[in-house]
Amino acid sequence: MDEDSKKSNMSRRKFIRNSSYAAGGLIGGGIIGSLIGTNYFNDTEQPSTRSSKESNFNRALMFFTRQSDFQILSAATERIYPKDDQGPGAIELGVPYFIDHELAGAYGHNEREYMKGPFLEGTEYQGYQTPLKRHAVFMTGIRALESESKSAYDASFVDLEGEQQDKILKKFENDDVKLHKVSSAYFFEMLRSATISGTYADPLYGGNADMDAWKMKNFPGSQMTYLNKIGSEKFIDIKPKSLNDHIS
Amino acid sequence: MAKKLDKVEAVTVGVGWAGGIIAAELAKAGVKVVGLERGNDRSTEDFQMVHDEYRYAIRYELMQDLSKETITFRNKPGEKALPMRQFGAFLIGTGVGGAGAHWNGDTWFFSPYDFEIKTMTDKKYGKNKLPKEYTLQDWGITYKELAPYYHQFERMAGTSGELNPLRPERTEKYPTPPMKDTPILKSYMDAANRLGLHPFRQPSANISEVYKNPDGETLNQCQYCGFCEKFGCEYGAKSSPNVTVVPTALKTGNFDLRTHANVTGIIHDGNKATGVRYVDTQTGEEFDQPADIVVLTSYTLNNTRLLLQSELGRPYDPKTGTGVIGKNYCYQITAVATGFFKDRFNAAMGAGALGTTLDDYNNDNFDHSDLDFIHGGSITMKQLGKRPINENGAPSGTPRWGKEFKKESIKWFNRSIPVTSQGASMPHKNNYLSLDPTYKDAYGNPLLRMTYDFTEQDHALYDYITARCADILEEMGAEVVEPKELTDHFDIVPAQNDHITGGVIMGADPETSALNNYLQMWDVDNVFVIGASAFAHNGGYNPTGTVGALAYRAAEGILKYRKNKGQLVKRETSNKLV
Ligand SMILES: Cc1cc2nc3c(=O)[nH]c(=O)nc-3n(C[C@H](O)[C@H](O)[C@H](O)COP(=O)(O)OP(=O)(O)OC[C@H]3O[C@@H](n4cnc5c(N)ncnc54)[C@H](O)[C@@H]3O)c2cc1C
Ligand code: SF4
Repeated sequence: MDEDSKKSNMSRRKFIRNSSYAAGGLIGGGIIGSLIGTNYFNDTEQPSTRSSKESNFNRALMFFTRQSDFQILSAATERIYPKDDQGPGAIELGVPYFIDHELAGAYGHNEREYMKGPFLEGTEYQGYQTPLKRHAVFMTGIRALESESKSAYDASFVDLEGEQQDKILKKFENDDVKLHKVSSAYFFEMLRSATISGTYADPLYGGNADMDAWKMKNFPGSQMTYLNKIGSEKFIDIKPKSLNDHIS
Repeated sequence: MAKKLDKVEAVTVGVGWAGGIIAAELAKAGVKVVGLERGNDRSTEDFQMVHDEYRYAIRYELMQDLSKETITFRNKPGEKALPMRQFGAFLIGTGVGGAGAHWNGDTWFFSPYDFEIKTMTDKKYGKNKLPKEYTLQDWGITYKELAPYYHQFERMAGTSGELNPLRPERTEKYPTPPMKDTPILKSYMDAANRLGLHPFRQPSANISEVYKNPDGETLNQCQYCGFCEKFGCEYGAKSSPNVTVVPTALKTGNFDLRTHANVTGIIHDGNKATGVRYVDTQTGEEFDQPADIVVLTSYTLNNTRLLLQSELGRPYDPKTGTGVIGKNYCYQITAVATGFFKDRFNAAMGAGALGTTLDDYNNDNFDHSDLDFIHGGSITMKQLGKRPINENGAPSGTPRWGKEFKKESIKWFNRSIPVTSQGASMPHKNNYLSLDPTYKDAYGNPLLRMTYDFTEQDHALYDYITARCADILEEMGAEVVEPKELTDHFDIVPAQNDHITGGVIMGADPETSALNNYLQMWDVDNVFVIGASAFAHNGGYNPTGTVGALAYRAAEGILKYRKNKGQLVKRETSNKLV
């Protein structure tokens, strides 16, 4: 652990020690009040610097079995959130791995959603109804991206020009592709929202590598307090912190 | 076979704000109370890893597990209702503290107009201001009668705030001073003042300074951490049942809190409840908990569902307008206009209830003679703390993905903010709750069916109030101001507003209401039903201040009932009940 992250862990522990729950009960209002009120907690400390060059064992597949499917997914996410002069796109951020890992778990298996039948088509106000779980929707959608690409351009989706990939993605977005038991627009929405989630979620989930997406957006991530900053007339550029910075 | 447990004096179904307040008040008075809560236990210590947008605000870890139970939904009678398969329009809490563990903390008192809305509207605008399909009625209690309970809730919760110039009936100061000012909120305040409106810093349960409540519980100072709405507070600075009433109840030794206990029915003999049945969600075992007094505190939806499922009270029938259980289900219409500004502000910093509000277009504070709606909404700018997965707004015309999307959504992240209004919702005869004939929960019981659509009144109010939100942003000097349109019909998918009310409403007349003004059932003396389910309509503010006040009122009623038995309130009608 480098010096900086040690420091931030230290101060977090100190903060917790001085707040109620660490003491095993509430300490008198006066004590903690004077601590917090006089800005005992220093909110100007520097976050740790972490290097992306360490080997990242997290970047392997736990849901997809064919690398080709994963590459198609990767190419699609990069069109949704592309690399540009501001910074990395979905692939460099690790978003495809985020999606892979999510599909292997509770998200992919709709563990906290109502999945009992009958599945009937409703009005446009009743929410989409499909018996397919998310992992199946993704598989169906990804395979369909490939077959659309083959029939339109006689090439794999991953080998198309960016604009060609966009054309195909738009067809899905506009619900112009027929899929089995799910609409292409529904798949596209899921792909879009999963891409954005992976881009901006805490890096603990495998995307947002090095918090680069937060840096592009000037989002400070997980800070402990803004008590003495929120009144500032000026925009304050704060180096982001992730939950990893808060593990003691 | 369900295992029969030893009888207790009182049992609550659910331990959120309502259940927690009842537990604390009864336990302090020496009553043995069992609190049955379907979710898990939790305290401030559980929120150390809470600054995780994906886990809590996207995957909704603290919300009800929809794989076990949800609702079905349709826009109108006659349509086939379908299950709400994932969260969208509104969220439902679960676990100790209920939604109070992760609410924003906007802590309001409804207005005097709300409680006597029928009488006052008729008097001022005539009997036909709203068509007769609107089942508008008074609440059977006045603001003045409820005010002491409001203050009781506030003192317990430690609410921070500043007096509202348009609510002169309140003179008592807030327990703690208003929250901090910020540049963007000041700019809103200044613009509103220039327009001749009456802005003020809104009441908040994110506490502005350390506060010790009358029960001896201490709340810490809000750190403006920006992970507030949908998140538990890792500092114990957001007033929640978990840091107030639940520990208060536990300290007495009279409160038996049982988690993973999902109540599936009220046991009764038609006139009197004898207890409740519940399932241990971890083992599947069934238990019968006998009790002298049954208190439903399981939120709007399950308060209604448990009564219908247990065949207690008279179910509402929209065709005939008779019956009461399920009646007057209301929502809130959330008017939104977004302002896009030239300069950046510290958008990530904020708190759930950090905001500036005005009531110039709320309640009956403006003349409705020439308008085709009644009531209105509070108009607020809040600095909640923006988070990057959810906040990718850009002026309309910007693509939803790709290069332009990335550029614009990044550009506006720290430059845009909405002004929103919580528009009051008037009851309509076709908006109601009933049992679904098809879909079942994990225990084989019917799901609750919601039949709901926006009314003409909603559309008229929405259009009017959205324009007022936009006026203020214009005055603030936003580069672009974008009012949002209301969908033609209520849509269960996009996130809108978490305040759903009605279904087991209070009133003065047992024929048109389910509860008296102590929240005691007219038809069953030993059942009290507490929550926003008791609202006869939904007002122009968040509901929980009123839920809390009603809970304190009900606690007093339960203690009275314990002594004297019978109905606590004389019926206002001599008509025979059907
Ligand atoms: C994200 C969010 C933000 C909000 N912000 C605000 C705000 O700023 N201001 C405001 O006024 N309101 C706000 N609300 C609404 C507020 O949280 C509710 O009004 C309040 O929590 C209601 O309290 P309650 O005790 O009636 O219900 P709940 O808090 O919902 O508690 C009910 C409890 O009953 C339990 N339960 C339900 N069914 C059963 C059963 N069958 N068996 C056993 N237990 C059961 C539930 O698990 C839950 O714990 C917000 C809501 C949400 C979701
Ligand atoms: S904003 Fe304040 S009250 Fe809300 S979670 Fe953060 S510290 Fe707690």
